[in-house]
Amino acid sequence: MTLDQLKRKTPAKITGFSCENKALETRLREIGFAEGDNIEALHFGLFNRNPISVRLNGAIIALRRSDASAITLELIERSANPIDINMARDSRVA
Amino acid sequence: MDITSTPESGVVTSIFAEKTLRLALLGAPNCGKTSLFNALTGGRAKIANYPGVTVEYRIGHFELPSGQDVELLDLPGVYGDCGHSMDERVALDAVRGNLEGQRAPDALLVVMDASNISTHLHNVLQAKQHGLPIILVLNMMDMAARDGMTIDIAALEESLGVSVISCVAVRASGRSQLIEFLNGWASEVLSGRAPIEAPQKEELKSLQAQARAITATTVKRVKKVETFTQRIDQFVMNPVLGLVILLGILFLMFQAVYSWSAPMIEGIEAGFGWLQGLVETVLPEGWIRSLISSGIIAGVGSVIVFLPQIVILFAFILLLEASGYMARAAFLVDTLMAKVGLNGRAFIPLLSSFACAIPGIMAARTVEQERDRLTTIMIAPLMTCSARWPVYFLIIGAFIPAEKVGVFSLQGLVAFGLVISGIIFAVIMAFIFKKTLMRGESSNLLIELPSYKMPVFKDYLRGLWDRAAIFMSRAGRIILPASILIWFLASYPANATNIRETFAGKIGSVLEPLLAPIGFNLEISISLIPAMAAREVAVGSLATIYSLGEQDVDGLGTMLQSAWSLPTALAFLVWFVFAPQCLSTFAIIKKETNSWKWPLFAFGYLFVLAYIAAGITYHSAVAFGL
Repeated sequence: MTLDQLKRKTPAKITGFSCENKALETRLREIGFAEGDNIEALHFGLFNRNPISVRLNGAIIALRRSDASAITLELIERSANPIDINMARDSRVA
Repeated sequence: MDITSTPESGVVTSIFAEKTLRLALLGAPNCGKTSLFNALTGGRAKIANYPGVTVEYRIGHFELPSGQDVELLDLPGVYGDCGHSMDERVALDAVRGNLEGQRAPDALLVVMDASNISTHLHNVLQAKQHGLPIILVLNMMDMAARDGMTIDIAALEESLGVSVISCVAVRASGRSQLIEFLNGWASEVLSGRAPIEAPQKEELKSLQAQARAITATTVKRVKKVETFTQRIDQFVMNPVLGLVILLGILFLMFQAVYSWSAPMIEGIEAGFGWLQGLVETVLPEGWIRSLISSGIIAGVGSVIVFLPQIVILFAFILLLEASGYMARAAFLVDTLMAKVGLNGRAFIPLLSSFACAIPGIMAARTVEQERDRLTTIMIAPLMTCSARWPVYFLIIGAFIPAEKVGVFSLQGLVAFGLVISGIIFAVIMAFIFKKTLMRGESSNLLIELPSYKMPVFKDYLRGLWDRAAIFMSRAGRIILPASILIWFLASYPANATNIRETFAGKIGSVLEPLLAPIGFNLEISISLIPAMAAREVAVGSLATIYSLGEQDVDGLGTMLQSAWSLPTALAFLVWFVFAPQCLSTFAIIKKETNSWKWPLFAFGYLFVLAYIAAGITYHSAVAFGL
């Protein structure tokens, strides 16, 4: 699946980039997206649920769905380790 | 110091002079480079909590304890070494020594937000490829510690092959380690003994893999990732509630500007009135008294009166900028911006234009696509800059009743409406430009949303003070000379019996036939000419012109109430939504686009819009019998 299909509160791991546009891949990599990084969708915009904001390691990054479709993912099990950095779930629970 | 060992790296002004060490701050946007720059050099460059505050390089000096002079370059933030946008290219050109008249730095301080180290560490590996001595400055270590992060500095140094210094740029104690390190490192760099490890250029992918491997062993989190930001974002980033909050904040801002400033404004007005009275009793009747009373006090005073409103306005803007909200606002409006072919990134330069179009137009450098940058520049003058406020305040105060509509002040509502009209026209124009002149796909939104931070109180007050000082210094530099000039033109020749016979009247009457169809009288036509220097000069000029006409001046607003019809006043207000007459705006457009075409085009389209909109306002108001 790709990042634009990711639902909220569903942890996933980046597996690679599928863009024909090399410049976009470079741009995404530079800001911090990389294979193996855990990622989670946080918020969606009002219109067409666009743009999206994602938690990537310690940072929060906003991007459009069209660009997010260049990032391929696999879903991961919720980590058993509660201090895992991507485990910061819905803070109302916390 | 042994200067002969580095003959190629720089100019030695005298054989006895110590060589200046030139360092550059390189790093991702919003990691605190400018905070560090200000702290080290005593500079007052603008800092805020959103990516892309700095778009131009800046040079400052400081002295190390050893007496070594250091020249520090503050650069716009960059993520990699490609230079996607104009501000990134400025930073990379500076590092590579490609800036005109600037030599390359002797060494790089790579600054990184410690709490984002796992995301950004590959930037250090990339920076090594510049072939300069580098160190890594891990900034905001206090925040990282608060988030429960521990970073094994020694292990990090070992695996990066680069010295790592932990730092809290905003605190003197947080900078001491950096200064101590630089003290020793300076001579190593200057004598060429600092190790330079310039690896082969590698693909980003493999650099990232190396960086991830390093952080996996050196960075640990002992707590859940901070939830404070997420807790606020639950509300602020909610698709519906978020937009409501954004509108609410803007609305509250304009209400506050009106509701809170009234007593202070009355105080200042009374002060100038008293001063005018004093001048008129102390000085004998004659041209000197007229110059001081009608020219200087009326002209400059009529603008300074609005200082409280400007300060309240900036109290809000600076708070939004420092808190981390700005980038969220860009997120919230991105889809709306996309509809007109722009992206959320353009929102930040446009917001800066509310202070003044000049920094706003420069901030458009962060917009990647050239077409999008040009579109952003073209619509930036439609944002209500602070120089328009004195005009709005004056006319609204005089012609709109100070009534309440429900819980809101009517005057605040009108001001809000004028600002919104500017935004709506900007959106329409952007849409037209993107469909005609700047066709093509829009660039991508890719922006980091910073953590919320409490503004540093001292920086906040300083920022507010700077804004007030700019406003006051404009009063001195531009409005004072303009008022004196207007006083002269509107007072002579001495045998003139009314304004029409004065020099000012003769100049104004050239414009008058053009502006009369939209309800503007001779006085307005005159005031618009000096307003080319700065928009608020229109207010000062009107004050001088009307103050010459009558002896008992009870505030310019009261005077205008009797001199202008309501349709004229409304047309004048609407004219200033577009206000096509700011020369400095066109000068910066010329500079940023490197052509005459764009500033002329901007002037042309703004003038046509202003003329049509003011005309429609005037004639509909007349038709409705206002």
